Amino acid sequence: MLRAGIWILALAAFLALPHGLSFSQQEILVFLVINILLVASYRLLTLTGEWSLGHVVIMGVGAYASALYTKELGIAVPLSMLLGGLTAALVAVVLSFPLFRMKGFYFLIGSFAAGEIIRLLWKRFREPFGGAKGIKGIDPMPDFSVGFYRFDFFEPVSYYYFAGIVVGVCLWVLWRIEKSPVGLTFHAVHWQDKLAEASGVNLRAYRTLAFAIASGFAGISGALLAHYVGTINPNSFDVEVMVFVLTWAIVGGTATFYGPILGCIALTVLNEIVLRELGFEQMRPLIYGAILIASILFLPDGLESLVQKLLRRKAAPAKERVAE
Amino acid sequence: MLDLLAQTGLNAVYAASYISLVAVGLVLIFGVMGVLNFAHGELFMAGAYAVVALYADAHLPFFVAVAAGLVFVGLLGLLMERALFRPLKDNPLGGLVASIGFLMILQSLAVMGFGVRMEHIPPVTQQVIEFSEKVRLPVARLYVIVAAVVLLTALWYFLKRTRFGWALRASAQDPEAAALQGISITQTARIAMFIGAALAGVAGALTAPLVSVNPHMGHSVIVTAFIVIIVGGVGSLEGAVIASVVYAVVHTFVTTFFDGVIADITGLSLMLLVLIVKPTGLFGSRERA
Repeated sequence: MLRAGIWILALAAFLALPHGLSFSQQEILVFLVINILLVASYRLLTLTGEWSLGHVVIMGVGAYASALYTKELGIAVPLSMLLGGLTAALVAVVLSFPLFRMKGFYFLIGSFAAGEIIRLLWKRFREPFGGAKGIKGIDPMPDFSVGFYRFDFFEPVSYYYFAGIVVGVCLWVLWRIEKSPVGLTFHAVHWQDKLAEASGVNLRAYRTLAFAIASGFAGISGALLAHYVGTINPNSFDVEVMVFVLTWAIVGGTATFYGPILGCIALTVLNEIVLRELGFEQMRPLIYGAILIASILFLPDGLESLVQKLLRRKAAPAKERVAE
Repeated sequence: MLDLLAQTGLNAVYAASYISLVAVGLVLIFGVMGVLNFAHGELFMAGAYAVVALYADAHLPFFVAVAAGLVFVGLLGLLMERALFRPLKDNPLGGLVASIGFLMILQSLAVMGFGVRMEHIPPVTQQVIEFSEKVRLPVARLYVIVAAVVLLTALWYFLKRTRFGWALRASAQDPEAAALQGISITQTARIAMFIGAALAGVAGALTAPLVSVNPHMGHSVIVTAFIVIIVGGVGSLEGAVIASVVYAVVHTFVTTFFDGVIADITGLSLMLLVLIVKPTGLFGSRERA
């Protein structure tokens, strides 16, 4: 009963949120929703213990693929997004052959190198990737109507609802995966790799699976971005964006499903509301850097650890009452 | 054709010089601290901006500016050791993540202090050594080559022939055993950070009049340095120098005969290949990660 109530409240908040905000704030909401999917998919990858530095480039693979499918092959937009995600997953499977010969630190560097190679390929080949200038005039999502609401994608609010629904479905799928036996195996691959292997778990296959799934959802988030902004280029997916994703994940904490999402929301709010309104926009990397350092020094388990502390404090007295 | 080969060879020697300064510093820090310093490219950038501030803006002599850059960036290294790496000693990914944060701070400070535009630095010297009509070596590049040879020889002497050097290598090999022998790990960490950072700073300072100085110049530097230390083996100083030469030759020749982007792709592919075939690098023996 209580849970249903929370969900209804959350849905109402999701629907009501963009109203009363300015145009640019509504646009920020769209980016926030897309980034939530990106960082949540990143967490699935970290479940198996690997920290990739190529995740944003994989997101770009989805963006480029979806943009090119609509432009060159004339595939309709929502379908192309799905195909973009699939393409990103496929690229991840191909990359897994060299990358999963490495672990830990080497994987980090290897994923960085692989990502840079992909970005340089976009830059080098004007056909079909558009070179350094990238792809312009990407088809927008076509308007449609569902009876009581008309999606007019010239308005950020409509795109926010659309992206919100897509991301919501993706998050639900990610959540189901994590709670399924497959997801539990991912945990085992990270924390008990020797034991898991001895029990007949194919470590390599599960690592690849996590990498492919995470990449697929990152690809979808990239496609959502591409068809909203209309222009993408190799610099849209550079290391700086990767550092932001890393910061969200670390500030939020990666031990829980909601941790990275919490980090993403908290930093976006800080960034867009506090910094922009106060006119500190130029200092964004400085403040992000300082926050990254401060959180790794003083809050290594992320914001989620604060939430858990709060919840436990509330739960503890309740337990005592039961004991009495 | 012979002229072109000779000229490209000279360019490669120059590139190998500053790359090896950066890479050796990175390896030294990794060896002693166990931290991959992502901010190393920004330390290079800080050295370049020291020259912008002192030589181009304040009109001090070039070599005074370079020396000041060396000390300044070395001090930045000490700051990183004290504020970031020492508290995060027990967190394997922590130091790396913190160095990414430090990188963003340095970049942002450069933007605020100097603006995002490329800096114009007056040439230090217009002199050129002419080997033949088409084979020329600008003296400014010769400075970089000489500095690399001198500094790396001095470092080699320091590490292999002095007591401090012994202590440093001991604590890189086995910190606990070194501590039990009465070596102060904190002290060796400080020395390693100072030297490692200062080498990157001096490389940036010396090359500042020869490259485009901007707040984002560190990116290509760190990518190059990563390639070099992976190819050379992350724990090996000699490997880093040899790999710098290999990389510089490959990159310079591919740039001359194809183009820069293909050269970058070649370099990164080389690194991936080494990671796949022999992750300890061509010259590394011991794994530390």
